[in-house]
Amino acid sequence: MIDLLADRLYYLVSFLLLGVGTYMLIANRNVVKKVIGMNVFQTGIFLFFITSAFVTGASPPLLTAPEPYVSPLPHVLILTAIVVGVSLTAVALGLVVRVYEEYGTLNEQAIRQVSHDE
Amino acid sequence: MSDLPPLVVALPLLGSVTVLLAGLVRPRTGWPITVATALAQVVAVGTLATRAFGDEPVRYVVGGFSRPFGIELVVDGLSASMALLVAVVSVGVLAYARTAGPRSNPFYATYLLLVGGLTGMSITGDVFNMYVFLEITGLTAYALVASGDGGRSALAALKYLLVGTVGASLFLLGIGYAYIATGTLNMYDLSNQLAADPAGYTDPLVQAAFGLLVVGLFVKVAVFPVHTWQPTAYAGAPDSVSAFISALVSTVAAYALIRIVFTVFTVDFLAANGLAQTVLVAAAVVSIVVGSLLAVSQTEIKRMLAYSSVSQFGLVLAAIAVANTTALTGAAIHLVGHAIMKGGLFLTSGLIATETGARSIDGYDGLAERLPSGAGAFGVLALAMVGVPPAVGFVGKWYVALGAVEAEAWPLAVVIFASTLLTLAYFARIVERMYFREAPEPAASVESTETGATTAVVTDGNGPTGDHTSGSGPRVSLGMRAAVVGAAVLAIVLGVAAFQYGQLLEPTIERLLS
Repeated sequence: MIDLLADRLYYLVSFLLLGVGTYMLIANRNVVKKVIGMNVFQTGIFLFFITSAFVTGASPPLLTAPEPYVSPLPHVLILTAIVVGVSLTAVALGLVVRVYEEYGTLNEQAIRQVSHDE
Repeated sequence: MSDLPPLVVALPLLGSVTVLLAGLVRPRTGWPITVATALAQVVAVGTLATRAFGDEPVRYVVGGFSRPFGIELVVDGLSASMALLVAVVSVGVLAYARTAGPRSNPFYATYLLLVGGLTGMSITGDVFNMYVFLEITGLTAYALVASGDGGRSALAALKYLLVGTVGASLFLLGIGYAYIATGTLNMYDLSNQLAADPAGYTDPLVQAAFGLLVVGLFVKVAVFPVHTWQPTAYAGAPDSVSAFISALVSTVAAYALIRIVFTVFTVDFLAANGLAQTVLVAAAVVSIVVGSLLAVSQTEIKRMLAYSSVSQFGLVLAAIAVANTTALTGAAIHLVGHAIMKGGLFLTSGLIATETGARSIDGYDGLAERLPSGAGAFGVLALAMVGVPPAVGFVGKWYVALGAVEAEAWPLAVVIFASTLLTLAYFARIVERMYFREAPEPAASVESTETGATTAVVTDGNGPTGDHTSGSGPRVSLGMRAAVVGAAVLAIVLGVAAFQYGQLLEPTIERLLS
């Protein structure tokens, strides 16, 4: 059991991040913190990909380094996903600024009371 | 012209940059450039589509890296239909948006980016590439929803962004699982690898990958329990944007779902995993029933139309769960038909709101007298959506229902037939109000003048229109009318042509199911 945990610790941490992120996204009333929760959630997924590329005792995927190499593909994928994540955060924060200008608060419940939407 | 597949993705992206750059020099060039790009896109996709409806799909290897290492673009009948739908609807909505819509250059640039993202999603043959296009589509859709005035659209966009990102992230996680299980990202290679492995279909890793990919796309399609972003987003967005997004974004996401379920995981996976099929059926039934019930309880037209989408995509989901040729043909027809009808309905509701200020169901009382063209278009499109025979809504539902009967999925078949009645439940009351009730005495906000001519001057009411134009001047342009009438005519014409289209699609569907 302990061995298994030690072996899979990285996966465990990345899924813990997924949980933390989802919780923040749902439970937090501050919209900025919701955006942070979204970031934590995505980071969990990024770390999951990076962990999956790891090979024990392998070197970075450079031609000058000796074989075996860690898998470079997940790194490339995650570079792309990070770019996507940054743009998402930028758009989200832009929207948060507009929401704040409009309602004067970042608290979701207060916004709902002000706007009477739904 | 063998470089056509990457061109149809690159063209809107280039157009988008051109709009921004040209806007720096001459601010009023946004609309002409966007229209030119959209028309060129129709021609390019049309040419591509003529070659795609064959026995073999058009394949294109990007950058000279062959399968399974590089990214591949695959255009078969279904992808071509989606890409063509995107191109045609984008032209129609542009005609409407010229006077009605947000008219800034950033809006047009984002609009073309969305067209590019949707086209890319339709023709890609690589799951990670699909994720990237899914996010491009998502990002631009959030931005477009936020292009309305006021806090409501910003709030709707933020909600859409948070929920949509979770969906897309789950999709990414599913890709990760599938990649770990097979070591490839190419769709065809993935399905071969899964088929080659004897334990492949019941491997927990593969099952988890399927679950995550499907649930991620459920969020984007807006299937019942995860649909909550949709009504707020559609109601908060400007009219042209809600028409465009409702017609295309969920549709292409549903196309992606078909791609993932049948091209990547194949029907054998569904056969080996009864639970997966059960979940699809359950999601379909719940979406159809609850979506309709929620639609009935709405008073705001745009929210009602949004909930109607939830229920209509339940039908597509039902077709995926049934998984036979007839049902999938129905799904393809219904995807195209729903896009035309729902986009048209949103445009019509926008037109009606611009001319009479009516945005809730009460405002539609006696509309046939005040605004015959608008009421007529709305009536035709609503009945088409219900599934009255010559219209395209009928053909799609007919095929899906027939497929369910062929598969002897009786409970599902009953729900599909009942869905017609449920759809009638929320559209009939509007048609009744429009044609059989007296118009209210001219109240404070409503005052419309001549409606037969192409221009109508409306005194500016206090209705919450999302327009930049304020005060006097023609508010309803020829383009707006043309887009609305075009959608209504198309909903009927496509219905007549849909059976031929179904036959044309047959090799594609056969390949999906093999």
